[in-house]
Amino acid sequence: MVKNFLKNFFSKIKFNPFASKSHVKLGLYGPPNGGKSTLANRICMDWLGEEMSTVSHIAHETREIKIKEQVNIKNKKGKELTFSLVDTPGIATKIDYEDFIKKGLKKVEAKKRAKEATKGVIDAIKWLDNMDSVVVVLDATKDPYSQVNITIIGNLQARNIPVLIAANKADLRKANIDMIKAAFPQYNVIGISAKYGKNVEDFYEQLFKLNK
Amino acid sequence: MVTFQFVPYGDIEALGSAKRVNKLINIVKENKIVILEGRLTKQEEADLIEITMEEISPKFRGIELSVIYPDNSKQDFGQKVKGVFANVLLGDRLGLTIIGPASIVKKIEQNPDKIELYTNENFRNGKKLRKRIK
Repeated sequence: MVKNFLKNFFSKIKFNPFASKSHVKLGLYGPPNGGKSTLANRICMDWLGEEMSTVSHIAHETREIKIKEQVNIKNKKGKELTFSLVDTPGIATKIDYEDFIKKGLKKVEAKKRAKEATKGVIDAIKWLDNMDSVVVVLDATKDPYSQVNITIIGNLQARNIPVLIAANKADLRKANIDMIKAAFPQYNVIGISAKYGKNVEDFYEQLFKLNK
Repeated sequence: MVTFQFVPYGDIEALGSAKRVNKLINIVKENKIVILEGRLTKQEEADLIEITMEEISPKFRGIELSVIYPDNSKQDFGQKVKGVFANVLLGDRLGLTIIGPASIVKKIEQNPDKIELYTNENFRNGKKLRKRIK
């Protein structure tokens, strides 16, 4: 009873002396279709041999929080890091079921997807408080100066949550990692391709720095 | 026709966060583009997105949001010092926040000291016309 009381007290002041590396919650955040689930699958395939999320070219494929516990990674120096990987729905300020119809879904399916997507965005925002560190996954071919990106990163900064920015889809010709670095100069930005595994070794090294 | 509603910071200053956000969303739901003097806190921006998602319906598809804030990197030392004092005195009154209904506003691009607002009707006939707000 005393231990639970102390845990609740310390969690309120954002300090947990009982935390070990295995209690680290690493969240993947970002706008829809940036590649969060693809990255989650890349991490899980590399270290656990199985995927954790479905992916799609249609936005808002991930519509609920997905957690993979006890993901253990190692670096070249033999250091280990264990965390719970949290894949979140993409955060957006608008959702229109007609956009899903244009992508080939039927009306009933599109409306259901839109409803689930709005709930997913709400959950993703609520879960910000639970994260120990976050990788913000941005599409490197798109304009990084969107207000959604600025709001997500601003909220993480306000909560003192360490952030690593993954500029994804670096394999594409239109990818512009330098523009993302210029947009967020105070953060580490790493260009990767979650789909093809480009630069993921450096990405894993950055995770160690993120979770010191 | 597009309606812009200017909201002075004084109109929301005394309100709590939830009431601020609800006031702004209610204006946007009237199909008006809000131009708010100043800006919301980061938590209030997140609340704005959350409440927007709760309000989404066939008639209300969400919002487009953009915050423009003075770019300090191009200022000289004296201007930066003045900026620090202005920030202390005025706080959240600095800058400008634009919130538009997604049914009217297709996209807002920041660049970073000007805003380009694309309305849905401007995409008619495949031609793209811009309304620039500097």
